[in-house]
Amino acid sequence: MPIEIYLNVAASGLLTGLVYGLMALGLSVIFGVVRVVNFAHGEMMTLAMYVTLVLFSALKLDPLVLLVPIAAVLFVFGYLLQAGLINPFINRPEHSQFMLLVAIALILVNAQLIVFGPDAQGIRTSYSFDSFQAGPLIVDASKVYAALAALVVAAALFAFFRFSLLGKSIRACADNYHGALVVGLNVKHLYALTFGIGAACVGAAGAMLMAVTDVTPTIGPAYTLLAFVIVITGGLGSMAGALLGGLLIGLTEALGGVLFTPSAKSMFAFGLLVLVLLFRPQGILGRKVAG
Amino acid sequence: MSFDRRKFNQALAAAGALSAISPVGIVRAQPKTLKVGLLLPRSGIQAGIGQDCYRVVAITNGLLAGLGLPALEIMNGDTESNVDVARSRAERLIGEGAQLLVGAFDSGQTTAIAQVAEQRGIPLVINIAAAPPITEQGYKFVFRNFPTAPMILGDAFANQLEVFASTGVSPKSVVFMHVNDTFGQAMQKGFTGVMSKFTMPYKVVETIAYDPAARDLSVEVAKAKATGAEALVMVSRLNDAILITRELVKQRWSPQAVLSMGPGWYEDQYLKTLGKLGDGPISFVPWYDPNKKLAQQLEAAHHKAYPEISLNTNHVYTFEALLVAADAFKRAGSTDPKALADAIRATDIKNNVSPGPGILFNAKGQNDKLKNSAIQNRRGKPVTVAPKDAANAKPELPMTPYDKR
Repeated sequence: MPIEIYLNVAASGLLTGLVYGLMALGLSVIFGVVRVVNFAHGEMMTLAMYVTLVLFSALKLDPLVLLVPIAAVLFVFGYLLQAGLINPFINRPEHSQFMLLVAIALILVNAQLIVFGPDAQGIRTSYSFDSFQAGPLIVDASKVYAALAALVVAAALFAFFRFSLLGKSIRACADNYHGALVVGLNVKHLYALTFGIGAACVGAAGAMLMAVTDVTPTIGPAYTLLAFVIVITGGLGSMAGALLGGLLIGLTEALGGVLFTPSAKSMFAFGLLVLVLLFRPQGILGRKVAG
Repeated sequence: MSFDRRKFNQALAAAGALSAISPVGIVRAQPKTLKVGLLLPRSGIQAGIGQDCYRVVAITNGLLAGLGLPALEIMNGDTESNVDVARSRAERLIGEGAQLLVGAFDSGQTTAIAQVAEQRGIPLVINIAAAPPITEQGYKFVFRNFPTAPMILGDAFANQLEVFASTGVSPKSVVFMHVNDTFGQAMQKGFTGVMSKFTMPYKVVETIAYDPAARDLSVEVAKAKATGAEALVMVSRLNDAILITRELVKQRWSPQAVLSMGPGWYEDQYLKTLGKLGDGPISFVPWYDPNKKLAQQLEAAHHKAYPEISLNTNHVYTFEALLVAADAFKRAGSTDPKALADAIRATDIKNNVSPGPGILFNAKGQNDKLKNSAIQNRRGKPVTVAPKDAANAKPELPMTPYDKR
């Protein structure tokens, strides 16, 4: 098989992986601070995709432009979800948290089924069928734009957590819950903000993904699983790990598919996950938990 | 005279015996409707198709009345696109009084339902399911008015030869891409065997299986393109057909022909989503004969009820399964499952919708006289291009390249 096929497929896998990485970044941020695993993550992304669909149909604006208002909508959704529903479960057993978030996921899927129906729906932008050619390399234009947008959003998030006072406060909560309380931080509010920021990441990723693929209500659980595979591979709680995990999973699926059989693409992603769990259980960029 | 319990029982037994041998039997009214448990994947990954099949229910009783057939009382069963749920829903429908089952689009789910139907002695009329083993088990209560995978493949090759002869365009090499589910695997297994019975102008240079729930098929299309094949032979569902077409455009590959042997490529959603990029593929599928009277009646009723949706395989074969049920109920004059099964076995419906001589079942419960069609997307609508006696247009090959549309 010609080498350009591998190059094309690898480029496509990396670009898609960046968008998946942004989605998983939200999961990682939420777990890293709030210590709650968001089992409704994929379903929240399909919600963002449907919001993109509705706004695109109404306003005819590019999903990459819609990215900001959709991230804001999901931020509010995430904030209210954490403040109203999840916060009372913070100190409850993990299985209670699990059941709550699975219930939220089921409600989201069924609400989307009722409102939007079961058929796949997509949007058609001016560049939906465009591709860039550089020598033998042909790259999907939608994926390039989506991946660039994912990089910008991820960079903004890194800067927020590193340089802003609010970001530092959130990190303080993540590092030492009791310490944060002692110095007078409003931890409940910061938790809700963090959940909102994680949801905003999902919103941004959903808007970008709408430029690349279609949405159905039932695809949510697959995205939840994908986000888990990515963050466990990269390191649960590590922001850089989530992006790296996305890139690795995207690349592994793409090359596994072309080298062996495409129907076993997911098998290679899970294979990578098993290797990481065997040899570096905390994930590639994750921190080892003492004890 | 005392009338103790023993005498009462003797009297009761005598009365029972008398009524049983009495020449003046108790006249029971023939039931007016038949309770049909309609099992379809109305949620889950196949929800779109299940909902599409279900659309025909709204117009069926009206058409049956026009044919002088009794009405059906439809009981809904959602299989949730899941084999285990299909089995339990079939059990539940029977428990709730279903006298006959119809379903269930997917071969895996239908196989599970067939086992339940046979165990419980309730007739099952399959609307859509192509896996051959379903009617190879010696079942007495399972009937299928839908072609098996080898029948679809055999007719597909015959119709392809007709199309190639008519257009003068014959690809020399193809890539065979198929969805990796029960239907796709059955088609893949049959493909090589059935193809060897025909003198096809092409050779298969690569076979590519892909995940039915795939979100991205760029790798699959890149792999197919790398072979340099002249055409694609597809066994798909709807979403993957759309994904593959998008990838063909993005990866700048316009094959001479896209020859589909399954759903997806001719469906309304495909045509609506892709616009002019959806024109050109030829689907070799169980379809309807546009020249038959009942097909025209069904098309008219369907258009009246759903002006935005074209009549398709899902509607035609779900309707014909219900037609078989109503016809058997009328002839059996009873809702007794065994009488219904016997009546279905003796079915001989000439006034039908699908191509071929009509609806009749062999000893295995399979309608082996069904014929399939070749339909091509033209200006956003599917037209029938083969076989000639069930066609309403001529085929056009090669496809217009995607960048010239």
